[in-house]
Amino acid sequence: MFNYYLKLAFQNLKRNVWVTVLMILAIGAGVGASMTTLALYRAMSSDPIPAKSHELFVVQVDNLGPNKAGEQSEGFKEYLSYIDAVALMKARGAKRQTLIYTTYLKARSAPDSKPVGAPVPAVYGDFFKMLDAPFKYGGPWVPADDEAGAPVIVLSRKLDDKLFAGANSVGKSLDIAGVAYRVVGVLDDWPLVPRFYDLHVAPFGNVDEMFIPFNRAVRAQAPIISGSSCNDPRPPEWSDFLHSECIWVQLWAEVPTPEIAAYRSLVNNYAADQQRLGRFHWPAHTQVRDVMQWLKYRHAVPGQLGILLLASFGFLFVCLMNAMGLMLAKTIGRTQDISVRRALGASRRAIALQSLVETGVVGLVGAAIGLAITMLGTFAIRTVLADQYAALAYLDAKVVVIEVICAIAAAVAAGLYPTWRAAWVQPALQLKVE
Amino acid sequence: MDSNRQVRLAIYRKKFGAVLIAVQIAITLAILSNAVTLIAERLSWSSQSTGIDEDNIFFAYAENVDVNPNLGAEQASDLAALRALSGVVDAYATNAFPLQGGGWSMSVGLIPSQKTGRADTSYYFGDEHALHTLGLKLIAGRNFSPSEILDRNATSFPPVSGFIVTRILAEKLFPAGDALGRSIYVETETTPAPIIGIVDRLQGPFVDASGYFGTFTESSILAPYRLLDEYSTFAVRANPGALNQVMKAAEKKLGSINGNRIITVQSMAEVRKIAYRSDRGLAMILAAVTVTLVAVTSFGMFGLTSYWVVQRRRQIGIRRALGATRLAILRQFQQENLVIAALGAMAGIALSVALNLWLVQHFEMIRIHAVNVAGAAVALILLGQIAVYWPARHAANISPVVALRGAQFRPSKR
Repeated sequence: MFNYYLKLAFQNLKRNVWVTVLMILAIGAGVGASMTTLALYRAMSSDPIPAKSHELFVVQVDNLGPNKAGEQSEGFKEYLSYIDAVALMKARGAKRQTLIYTTYLKARSAPDSKPVGAPVPAVYGDFFKMLDAPFKYGGPWVPADDEAGAPVIVLSRKLDDKLFAGANSVGKSLDIAGVAYRVVGVLDDWPLVPRFYDLHVAPFGNVDEMFIPFNRAVRAQAPIISGSSCNDPRPPEWSDFLHSECIWVQLWAEVPTPEIAAYRSLVNNYAADQQRLGRFHWPAHTQVRDVMQWLKYRHAVPGQLGILLLASFGFLFVCLMNAMGLMLAKTIGRTQDISVRRALGASRRAIALQSLVETGVVGLVGAAIGLAITMLGTFAIRTVLADQYAALAYLDAKVVVIEVICAIAAAVAAGLYPTWRAAWVQPALQLKVE
Repeated sequence: MDSNRQVRLAIYRKKFGAVLIAVQIAITLAILSNAVTLIAERLSWSSQSTGIDEDNIFFAYAENVDVNPNLGAEQASDLAALRALSGVVDAYATNAFPLQGGGWSMSVGLIPSQKTGRADTSYYFGDEHALHTLGLKLIAGRNFSPSEILDRNATSFPPVSGFIVTRILAEKLFPAGDALGRSIYVETETTPAPIIGIVDRLQGPFVDASGYFGTFTESSILAPYRLLDEYSTFAVRANPGALNQVMKAAEKKLGSINGNRIITVQSMAEVRKIAYRSDRGLAMILAAVTVTLVAVTSFGMFGLTSYWVVQRRRQIGIRRALGATRLAILRQFQQENLVIAALGAMAGIALSVALNLWLVQHFEMIRIHAVNVAGAAVALILLGQIAVYWPARHAANISPVVALRGAQFRPSKR
């Protein structure tokens, strides 16, 4: 029976080729455009670390006061002062903690080789455990290196490939500004998108190539490129700068869910103590956000992308209405055929099923067109968007499956009302009119 | 039967199809008008002039790998070498340049430690060659003199003898128009310095259209500093037509002065392309989606009307046999579409405004212009007329004889 419906479907579709082509193109274009933007949007707004995103928290403490803070909503800026960051780090209220700022360093594997310049996050050894960083060789540095600010370094797989031809470089050293940094670990491929720990430097780009201990960077007075802000003129001396109210450090903490309330009050108590000590002239004002809250707060996904997504789904909806109108017209145009079939004994169910098979065929071909359009679309996005987003526009198996299902569902949805109309064609009446 | 009633009746009979078209037009209009607003804003944002001679300027970066104790001497010899290259108009060392993507910003006060009403600005360094290199014209005051130029690094700096500011910043700080000679506090709360010159236009290094950095795009200050840093940035202006050749020569020259540096060169055209790539890319993608959307809607109207014509062959034949002219039939289909499209457009105008308000609230969107909405509505109604013209003409050509024959539901062409 199905084969018979299929045969009828092809016959009907062939009868009004133009309308069929329009229908298929409408569904294909709608599904293709919306899937292209959906793929991009999903890649950019997905949880970078699903297993732990609800256990990783970034801490904000208002050290500038209600009059001086500004720009950011809620009166917060995004960084902590070095004073607050170090004090909270010492309080050890969390399972693991790390301070972070990003610097820029130039490294060489041999005195005469060409140097590699790159943004370098300065972190604690626990950073790698907190973020489940995969190691190819070696591992994070030890807490003693954190304390001492030892010249040790963790490389990305890409940099290891470049400088050491992919060999195990643990124990070898890199020359940075005349100091030999000992390689303690080489990361494996680490697709962390977006890189939530530093949203300032190409958050949707590749993972960083080098990591050094936070205290090492501070001791080397390594320049800050992740962003810093001073309300009063920045003190010229580094040691004065460290003890100023300038803000430039992030504190990330790993806190198991049951302990988060305690951690929040620890942070708040710290700020309250600062008021008691006379450093803050305002009530404690703190915030502890997890990864997804942080990405939302910092508007990590460009708002324009949301507009694009909305436009493409509006587009899909219009395409569906379009296909529905065309199918309806076809059904009405075929009223005579249907009434003859009904008069010859075809049941309502048979007519409805046949009509659904027809829409299914339209959906399937629409899906193929949609896939082609998605491929073109992702290619177009790769060419016109900045490189840091371009890597995200890709077509994976999941998107393909979603797309095919979506196209068929769209076609069938568009065909429901016409099908219903077809099923209710009166056999006798139609024959009488003719 | 008057034609208005005919149109109403016809629309009523095929109400579902008519509603489909009207809804399509409404949604298309809402998306089209908002997209046009956003695209126009992006394009005008990304095509604004920086104020400098973009066609002939390039930038060279020299990045020291090892600690260099004598950065001042190195920078001086770099600059002398660059200025001596054939094809070079002028050159200077800076900390940042327009559209770089990031740079220095400051907040300017008129009194020490001013709390409110400060003006945010981009902060550039340059010597007496800066204006000539960038191709900026003073509209008031004077240029820096060589003796005023001071050495500094990122954090420690001597007080300067004066600033050159952009017209926009001057007007913001001194609305009365008497900025020249007045003192301002920049980077310091203790030693003010006077405004000694005003240039017409110099865009900042930041490229975000929205947010904090979007609020002072045209406010810039030029301070008479030489920034001594491991990382030097030179702006170079070449003779017209000599840019590519000079860029190559400059890269080679800087490399030969000190081989232990990473040297890169980048033309201003390239800088502009990178700076606005995302803005223009988004505009292009949105334009592509919108154009396809309008096309789909038009084809939909065309398809549905074609069907109606086929379906009403007999009725049309009878009307023709009863004396209706071809023009009357043509008119009828066009009027039908006009009524449906106008209803859709009316709903669409309301939807456009609602969508825009929602977008403004939730995304970085600007307010829609009434002109865009009205224009999009008229365009869609016109497109509807064009889309139904062919099927309507087909209807007008139906022979009165059809009325005599049996009903013909199927299209005659198979």
